[in-house]
Amino acid sequence: MWALLWKDIRLELRTKERMASLFVLALLIVLVFVFALSPERLRSPDVSAALLWVALVFAGMLSLQRAFLVEQERGCFSGVLLCPFDAGTVFLAKFAGNVLFLTLVQVLVTPLTLVFLEVQLSWSLLVLPLVVLLGIIGFSAMGTLFAAMAVRTRAREVLLPVLLLPLLTPLLIAAVKVTSAVLAGAAWPGVWLRVLLAFDVLFVITGWLIFSQVVQE
Amino acid sequence: MNNWVIEAERLSKTFAWMPVLSGVSCRIGRGEIVGIFGHNGAGKTTLLRLFATLLRPSAGTLKLFHHDPRDAQVRRRVGFLGHDSFLYPDLTPVENLTFYGRAYGLPQLAARIDAALERVGLQGWGHIPVRAFSRGMEQRLGLARALFHDPDLLLLDEPDTGLDPQGTALLRVILAQARSQGKTVVFTTHDPAFGLAVCTRVLILHGGVIVWQASGNLPSVETFGDIYARSTQSASRMEH
Repeated sequence: MWALLWKDIRLELRTKERMASLFVLALLIVLVFVFALSPERLRSPDVSAALLWVALVFAGMLSLQRAFLVEQERGCFSGVLLCPFDAGTVFLAKFAGNVLFLTLVQVLVTPLTLVFLEVQLSWSLLVLPLVVLLGIIGFSAMGTLFAAMAVRTRAREVLLPVLLLPLLTPLLIAAVKVTSAVLAGAAWPGVWLRVLLAFDVLFVITGWLIFSQVVQE
Repeated sequence: MNNWVIEAERLSKTFAWMPVLSGVSCRIGRGEIVGIFGHNGAGKTTLLRLFATLLRPSAGTLKLFHHDPRDAQVRRRVGFLGHDSFLYPDLTPVENLTFYGRAYGLPQLAARIDAALERVGLQGWGHIPVRAFSRGMEQRLGLARALFHDPDLLLLDEPDTGLDPQGTALLRVILAQARSQGKTVVFTTHDPAFGLAVCTRVLILHGGVIVWQASGNLPSVETFGDIYARSTQSASRMEH
């Protein structure tokens, strides 16, 4: 697994394509909403939370596609499948790479978003990184599974969001609810946090178990 | 126990209802160098990809080293070079081989990488991204990658493609070394002069079926040309 992850990090350090495009896209989405919505609406925690997650989801789609497109060139994914890893390990490495790159982008984008939205600083914001990380883990687990399927089809750019977005609905609702509560400084909605955690556990394990079926010819 | 490295029984492969291989049976033993000839679309690449475990057969059984080919320990003993080099173009040869070396858990990587690059005549090119390489250089590096973990079974799909005369000579040396070390090599080629010079057994594949094979005293290039034309024509007549 570390060999695969090392290779993905090395590729990114060499090209810097993935991080740069994710950061620019996420920031542009936030800016479009900042200009499009009135300041009063932007101050609503629900709107702010939704905006944060819309930016993350679209940047995440790009990240997922990029993760598997580099494997398509020169048939590299076949080379990976020839190696004596089991497919579950390949899934875990790709998943870990997506979590890493999306987290790094969010480390930059989330504070900027909070500044643009004029969110009041409070102690409750300290848990925001944890909520974002839980959302990224669930998104990456399911996304890695579907990106591996979609990348070998001709309509991959269309197919991935069409397959993935409806299935991400529970995760996104939970993530927005928890983020909104954190931004409002309200009590944690425990049920939505549990949904977020359950989604993460469920799809990391599912992806690990069924990835061999997904990557078959 | 016998020394079969590949045991294929009635292997068939169908893509989108189109049969590409139809009941191929063959056994390939330790130390054999097998050359597979055939027209484009005869099923050569599909057969090699099945042997490499990159495809699953639609019907029939395949064993490598007497085991299920999907076993990770079996895959560790197989080296494959296909039409694609399986090399990351944005990484350098050293980085690509480091990745594959780590994936196979190889020790003393730096020394192995130097030796591998020297073996294929790419010493001095180790730190240049593969994207800058010519087709022939990438093919040499692909060969180094396939050989890097010292596989017992080497599967090469048209390995002479893109190689200059020096590269082809190098390939002959590598195949001769593999033979002397008791490795098994299965390769496809369209060049009878190259193929007949290095192999110990020849198969002709046509329409997804083995239509002719020989081992031991192999025919000359001219005689093989006649045999190839006759066997593929008669197989075509039978199909119609």
